[in-house]
Amino acid sequence: MIMRRVAIVGVGMTEFGEHWELGYRELVAQAGVRAIEDAKLQGVKIDALYGGTMAAGKLIGQEHITALIADYMGLNPIPATRVEAACASGGVALRTGYMAVASGMHDVVVVGGAEKMTDVPTGEAAIALGGAGDQEWELFMGATFPALYALAARRHMYEYGTTREMLASVAVKNHANGAKNPYAHFRKEISLQAVLDSKMIADPLTIFDCSPISDGAAAVILMPLEKAKEHTDMPIEILASTQASDTLALHSRKSLTELMATKVAVRRALEATKMTPKDIDVCEVHDCFTIAEIMAIEDLGFFEKGKGGQATLDGETALNSKISINTSGGLKACGHPVGATGVKQAVEITWQLRGEAQNGRQVKGAEIGMTHNVGGSGATCVIHVMKRAD
Amino acid sequence: MTGTGLALTWRKIPERYNLLGSHCDNCGENFFPIRNICPNCRRKGRMGGTKFSGKGVIYSHTFVTSPPTGFELEAPYAIAIVQLAEGPKLTAQIVDGDYEKVKIGAPVEMVFRKIQEDGKEGLIHYGFKFKLI
Repeated sequence: MIMRRVAIVGVGMTEFGEHWELGYRELVAQAGVRAIEDAKLQGVKIDALYGGTMAAGKLIGQEHITALIADYMGLNPIPATRVEAACASGGVALRTGYMAVASGMHDVVVVGGAEKMTDVPTGEAAIALGGAGDQEWELFMGATFPALYALAARRHMYEYGTTREMLASVAVKNHANGAKNPYAHFRKEISLQAVLDSKMIADPLTIFDCSPISDGAAAVILMPLEKAKEHTDMPIEILASTQASDTLALHSRKSLTELMATKVAVRRALEATKMTPKDIDVCEVHDCFTIAEIMAIEDLGFFEKGKGGQATLDGETALNSKISINTSGGLKACGHPVGATGVKQAVEITWQLRGEAQNGRQVKGAEIGMTHNVGGSGATCVIHVMKRAD
Repeated sequence: MTGTGLALTWRKIPERYNLLGSHCDNCGENFFPIRNICPNCRRKGRMGGTKFSGKGVIYSHTFVTSPPTGFELEAPYAIAIVQLAEGPKLTAQIVDGDYEKVKIGAPVEMVFRKIQEDGKEGLIHYGFKFKLI
């Protein structure tokens, strides 16, 4: 099958955080308009919309959410499709949009991701997020999402000697990046000691090991690469879009210290692009918890299994170090409006590859970028490899 | 409360009360909870029922100090992934002991307990927890 090359021609996002004054539809419209303006789409017909949202039904009582987005973005009557893969909803929506353009089905596609999480109390948001795991066999027993990642962290500490300080160093590094990101939920640096001393949520994870509950939306505009050059001097080509699945329940996995879905998705992405992990200059990884970033940088091949914690503590994943990980601040500091996250990762990488990352968080000479978006405790992983088109 | 209805709870009772799972006669692997299709063998799989002994060891553990809605009265509590003697792993609370003694590799056995209740007038859900031996 002949596939068309696909490029991102416009990106936009809202600030992530607690938007008491804005609802779901206002957030989405803001991100969408910013992306459409960025793409200079005036007078161009948009063919389809794909929206990633995890739990609008539980969080705002609204299903049929992508029809609402099309409505409030003034895009009717184009087809509007919701994509749901828990915390990977945004990344899978991007992949769905990519497939629509690559296949020739549509020419101009808007991919949005959004979540409005602060309209319910934290306990209810936790229950909604819990749906990303196995409702009948994990949540029912009292396992929260921090608890599931704590189980992975405990096992990683046991198998590889990973320490609390190593976990905490992920949060410190991501807050340092978030402090440079005007769109981040937390724009404040934190100390290692502050993380270690913060309130325990699920041993060994403290509140500062967890990504926050945020509101926010992000959007990108996709086109065939050929057509993209009419709109921008710097189209960002999506070189690979891969996805893999694993058991929904953490306990059903052979190993708790690696995500098989990540390993499969990244292997396919690297094969498709004939690249090695060394070719990646900047990567947004799914750090819903600090341990998740350590496992991600190992599973993606940036570091050997078991060495991710020490590498982070040694500063090898900081901005402009060996590999710049989560320049946006990641889920940890930029925030995690669940459905928006996977799309936000593509927004950040687009800015990095265009050389437009603000406030001193630009990775020098960034040419190849990667996004890594995980659903639940690892049942879905979606990866995109992106490059500035020549 | 995690939104579990009457019929859902009722049909899970055999597995939750008795630790019933599946065994594939083709590859020999045991599964918990019940699966209809063997993920190793798929069409060639020959799945049948099996009952687990309730003995196992702690594979990983955590101590939940920030509980979800419905578990406030239980918190703080220990949660573990337990590896059953017959192979499969499951998630359960660890009760009747000091958390200090909950370690990877520690032997445990199943106990029958109340898991949660849906408010004052709602369902009371029962099932397995584990205790240190």
